[in-house]
Amino acid sequence: MRFSGLRVLKEGLFGNKGWTPHWRDPEPNPEYDVVIIGGGGHGLSTAYYLAAEYGLSNVAVLEKGYIGGGNVGRNTTIVRANYFLQGNSEFYSHSMKLWEGLEQELNYNVMFSQRGVINLFHSDGQRDAFARRGNAMINQGDDAILLDREGVRTLVPYLDFDNVRFPVYGGLYHPRGGTARHDAVAWGYARGADQRGVHLIQNCEVTGIDIEGGTVRGVQTSRGAIRAKKVAMVVAGRSGQVAAMAGMRLPVESHVLQAFVTEGLKPVIDHVLSFGMGHFYISQSDKGGLVFGGDIDMYASYAARGNLPIVEHVMEAGMTLMPMIGKARVLRSWGGIMDMTPDGSPYIDKTGIDGLYVNCGWNYGGFKAVPGSGNCFAHLIATDRPHGAATRFRLDRMRTGVGIIDEEGTGAQHNLH
Amino acid sequence: MRITCPICGERDRREFYYKGAAVALARPDPDAGPEVWDEYLHLRANPAGETRELWYHEAGCSAWLVVTRNTVTHAVLGAELAASVKGAGA
Repeated sequence: MRFSGLRVLKEGLFGNKGWTPHWRDPEPNPEYDVVIIGGGGHGLSTAYYLAAEYGLSNVAVLEKGYIGGGNVGRNTTIVRANYFLQGNSEFYSHSMKLWEGLEQELNYNVMFSQRGVINLFHSDGQRDAFARRGNAMINQGDDAILLDREGVRTLVPYLDFDNVRFPVYGGLYHPRGGTARHDAVAWGYARGADQRGVHLIQNCEVTGIDIEGGTVRGVQTSRGAIRAKKVAMVVAGRSGQVAAMAGMRLPVESHVLQAFVTEGLKPVIDHVLSFGMGHFYISQSDKGGLVFGGDIDMYASYAARGNLPIVEHVMEAGMTLMPMIGKARVLRSWGGIMDMTPDGSPYIDKTGIDGLYVNCGWNYGGFKAVPGSGNCFAHLIATDRPHGAATRFRLDRMRTGVGIIDEEGTGAQHNLH
Repeated sequence: MRITCPICGERDRREFYYKGAAVALARPDPDAGPEVWDEYLHLRANPAGETRELWYHEAGCSAWLVVTRNTVTHAVLGAELAASVKGAGA
């Protein structure tokens, strides 16, 4: 089933009775070429690119819950390519280019909106740092504009520019950044993978990984054993438990990150904005809700809900930056389980076990990486060589100390990112 | 979330700084080799359930604590002084 304007018109005239499910619900086969553990955004995009770019369609995605029920449906939907360090810079640039062609590629409306991301700064030192970051982005081939205070005021007049403690000095404007409809990204990749023959198997929890003589042979699941030539682990916050099934421990600690949405309002915030003096970022969804978030709760957690100190901090930061949102009522908040790494950057790599691959450690920034991560992971699984845009996401960089990608410059330690 | 400090009593989570898994108490020998140090510094069991962690009572008595906590429910199950845990050889 292809989507088109004509089709929408026709279905509208005939009671929308012609739409069919976006993907099948197959029983698992006894064997696949590739089994992907985890049907989140990254697992689904991996399956899609394996089929679309490498002709591997004898692939299954095993999802413990349902498609779109994990972090891919629990984030603040921000897409950007504004990283500073080599490793991250070329990867997110690659991912952004995939975002820009995604709707045509998938024939699916993911509501990708390049409304622009503005990172505000509030001191001379911060301006210097953002100027340097902007130059790195331009060198990478992406876009960055350093706005002074009046430049920011033209775009977003509603900020508290003269805040006594944190006056707005300017902002780094990244026009190609923006947002996308997170569920639709999962559904679009799921549909695209399914159309190319991939089996999406929901309610199927992996309970063991079969390894013989250092080579992976398949997985044990709640729906029986499945043999596989290659097994890929893409389970974000659950990486610790799945890796343990293969006898591995990862340089990852799972934390909770909260996000919030208000009741629907008339259009008021046209961009994605981030506060430079408190952890706070905000955009407005197409439904009108203000979607915003802050820092992780800063302790290990699998609870998928957070505690009140961070709620208070996020609200304070929001009110400091834009007091106008004070009367908006928060509709709900939620928490996602983040796979935090010591240097704040991810891993896309082989493991010490033949045929077993790992993709994890996306910290609190996995959503924008969905296309790039799947694309690079599919390349690694299909060819056994890292994709050019992801050569630095090595699993051994903590051990060797070579190629640490510490974007925040706070040190490569577990509790610092 | 509230943590009962053995010295100060039950206090708000905001008084404490989280360091991470209590493996930090078992510092390896300087010559133990890169694998052992990698294990100590970076690799984590990352359990979903009960875990032992180091917390620092920053806004209180400045004691380092070993807190037993459930990462799925956020229940705090106990806290001991890290000094006595280390003294006992754990």
